[in-house]
Amino acid sequence: MNHSLPVEFGMTVAQFSQWLQTPGLHHFLLISGVLFSLGVFAILTRRNAIMVLMGIELVLNAANINFLAFSRYTTGTLDGHVFAIFVIILAAAEAAIALAIVLNVYQNFNSVNVDEINQLKD
Amino acid sequence: MSHETILQLTVISYLLPLLGFTILIFLNKRLPRQGDLIETGLVFLGLALSVVILAVKMGSYHDETIQGSFTWVSFGNVPGFGPMAMTLGLMVDNLSAIMLVVVYVVSAFVHLYSIGYMHGDVRYGRYFAYLGIFTFSMLGIVLTNNFFMMYVSWELVGLSSYLLIGHWFEKKSASDAAMKAFIVNRIGDVGMFIGILILFGTFHTFTFDTIFEAMKAGTIPFGSEAWLTAAGILVFCGAVGKSAQFPLHVWLPDAMEGPTPVSALIHAATMVAAGVYLIARTFPMMTADALMYIAAIGAITAFIAATIAITQNDVKKVLAYSTISQLGYMVMGLGVGAYTAGFLHLTTHAMFKAGLFLGSGSVIHAMHHALHHAGDHHTDAQDIRNMGGLRTKMPITFWTFLIYTLAISGVPLTSGFLSKDEILAGTLAYANLTGRWYVPIIAFLVAALTAFYMFRLVILTFLGEHKDHHRVEAIHESPRTMTIPLIVFAVLCLFAFFSLNPIGAASGWVYKALPRPESVVPAAVAAAGAEQFEEAVHHSHSLAMVLSLLVAGLGILVAFATYYWKKIDAESVAVKSGPLYRFLLNKWKFDELYDATAVAGTIGVSKVSRWFDNNIIDGVVNGSASWVKGLTLGTKKNWDEGSVSAIFYMVVTGALSLYIGWLVGVGMMPMDASIGAIIGYVILGFAVAGLSFFLFYVGVGGFDNHIVDGLVNATAYLAGFLGLLARRIQTGRVQTYLVFVILGVLVLFLWFR
Repeated sequence: MNHSLPVEFGMTVAQFSQWLQTPGLHHFLLISGVLFSLGVFAILTRRNAIMVLMGIELVLNAANINFLAFSRYTTGTLDGHVFAIFVIILAAAEAAIALAIVLNVYQNFNSVNVDEINQLKD
Repeated sequence: MSHETILQLTVISYLLPLLGFTILIFLNKRLPRQGDLIETGLVFLGLALSVVILAVKMGSYHDETIQGSFTWVSFGNVPGFGPMAMTLGLMVDNLSAIMLVVVYVVSAFVHLYSIGYMHGDVRYGRYFAYLGIFTFSMLGIVLTNNFFMMYVSWELVGLSSYLLIGHWFEKKSASDAAMKAFIVNRIGDVGMFIGILILFGTFHTFTFDTIFEAMKAGTIPFGSEAWLTAAGILVFCGAVGKSAQFPLHVWLPDAMEGPTPVSALIHAATMVAAGVYLIARTFPMMTADALMYIAAIGAITAFIAATIAITQNDVKKVLAYSTISQLGYMVMGLGVGAYTAGFLHLTTHAMFKAGLFLGSGSVIHAMHHALHHAGDHHTDAQDIRNMGGLRTKMPITFWTFLIYTLAISGVPLTSGFLSKDEILAGTLAYANLTGRWYVPIIAFLVAALTAFYMFRLVILTFLGEHKDHHRVEAIHESPRTMTIPLIVFAVLCLFAFFSLNPIGAASGWVYKALPRPESVVPAAVAAAGAEQFEEAVHHSHSLAMVLSLLVAGLGILVAFATYYWKKIDAESVAVKSGPLYRFLLNKWKFDELYDATAVAGTIGVSKVSRWFDNNIIDGVVNGSASWVKGLTLGTKKNWDEGSVSAIFYMVVTGALSLYIGWLVGVGMMPMDASIGAIIGYVILGFAVAGLSFFLFYVGVGGFDNHIVDGLVNATAYLAGFLGLLARRIQTGRVQTYLVFVILGVLVLFLWFR
């Protein structure tokens, strides 16, 4: 009963709950993968610039979970944890700057709708 | 002293003047006294060496020839010729050893004399450098054992002569004379060159001894005796040019434009003697016909020059014609077979003729000084009619000059008497053997004339009264640097240096050292052998001596009677023989004759060549240039703009197209083609012709404009079109761009892992 992935691959509910109760590396990677995809989706499809920024945050946090999971389950050291703290700090700085950019964009274009900011062409 | 040592000394003595030349020509302005003492010192050192070499040669190796050769360049196996190499070298035999001393004695004392004579000259240092290169070249002629080095040195002495005659080149007559000397020499050299080529072609070597040995073994040029005679006469042509024989004697009187020491060195004692030396060197290969030709030329030259000399009034011109005449004597002597006599006369003549020129230089120097003192710039310092009575003011010059004159006139107890006597005996022997009596008749006549004009010169210059009393007061003897050489040469005019017997040279050391070389030509064409000749000379010797004393005495007597005792009036003789006198005074009009024929002919040829070059050759060049210019425009543009003749262009291109078509068609047609194939190739040819005509029509310009530019424009249009297509990707929205980025990353990860 050593399945790595849940239901869609032929598991019963009981097997599923059993899989859920013993968290391993795969679980965390799965979650970070899902988060990453959602984040990318948000970046590519949201109209509002702030929503794009949120997508960026999601991507960053997905990366963080990845770091932590590998740190916990592969090496026993705290390398990944420390790196995750770096990422959080950088994400905070980057969010501040990104918001500053959005503010400037609003002042120039009078809107935060990314579809309207289409001047990057000839 | 071994052979090697002698050869080494010879090489050193050969190269010393070259060293002097090299030092002086580059550094003369920076050296003290412009380097004259360095040059003179080197030459005197060479003189000492040459005397040592002669002494050793005469003492230890009297009958040997010491040679040293080396292969300068080897061409390996030349197709159609065989192995070809150029071997050069030096030889020391009695002939070259004696000539070496002669050249050095004259050169050294002329150097010394020049220190006095050329004092203050505008190109003093360069003059000495040129004397050095001349001495070096002359020694090259003397010491070499092969025709090649002799020819090279031959040309070099010609060059040195040119440089020295034209020393005062600002004067047009001097530079003209230099060119005349060089060109006339060159004419003779052409003959010599052809002769050398005939010999090289036959014997594949330049070395004298090798050639003579091969001839002795039976090889002769082209297997024909006529060619052998021709080769001998052609080589003699070089001597005709260099030794101022008829008909190439015209350069020597003009060469008197050079400084007098130059005249003494080159045009009296050494360079002009080189021709005689050449005949002496190549004597074994001369056939009887060649020798007859040589003797005839010599006699004619001696006669013509002597008749001119009796009328000349410029002291140097008298001496110049005297030189030509005496050279004729030497050549004649060699031609009749009196080999040793001819060469002996060369050596004695070198001494007294050099002395005569130096003496005349002394007189001219003094006259210049006196005229300058009197502020007279018009009177000719060299005209003997302006001289007279210089005997008391210039005693050394006078007495030495007198000794030289006695020598040249053939008065007993002088060296000149010995050599002249032997030549005269030789001519009588020759006439006895061959019946050609004109040779001795001319020889004795010339002897009389020689005595006459030389004493005329002495009397008019030194004896009698000088016209201008003030002028004669300012005349004084020349400095010691000039009188010492005069004395040295006068001493060398005594008989004792050449033979201890005052009336016969045959027992002297010169005769013993230079026996007549054996002829190597086939017996059928050889001249009378040495023994036969000696016999005949022996018979004629006493008669020759009596006759020579007679004619010399006669000449001297007439000279004194006319100019000293004034019993015969020279003026009236000149007037009465009017046309004859003028003919002789004008040098037999040789220069005018040559001007009208050779010079005018050459100028005519050059005019024709110029017409050909300007019109025909330039026409072709310009025509092809304009056709190419038309090519850039193309026929159509040519027709429109007409800057180049369109019809000319079309005609040429039409012809060219047809030719190209013909080349292609005929070139590609195989030999055994059927009628159908032939027609096919013909059509192909016409097609190509048409195509090439079209291309010519369009012209290079058209080709460039339409085709090349067309390609470029098409490429640009294509790029633009593709660019417009790709433009639509640009939406301007960042998110669109991000999609492409992420797609790209995915592709990278999944495809290229």
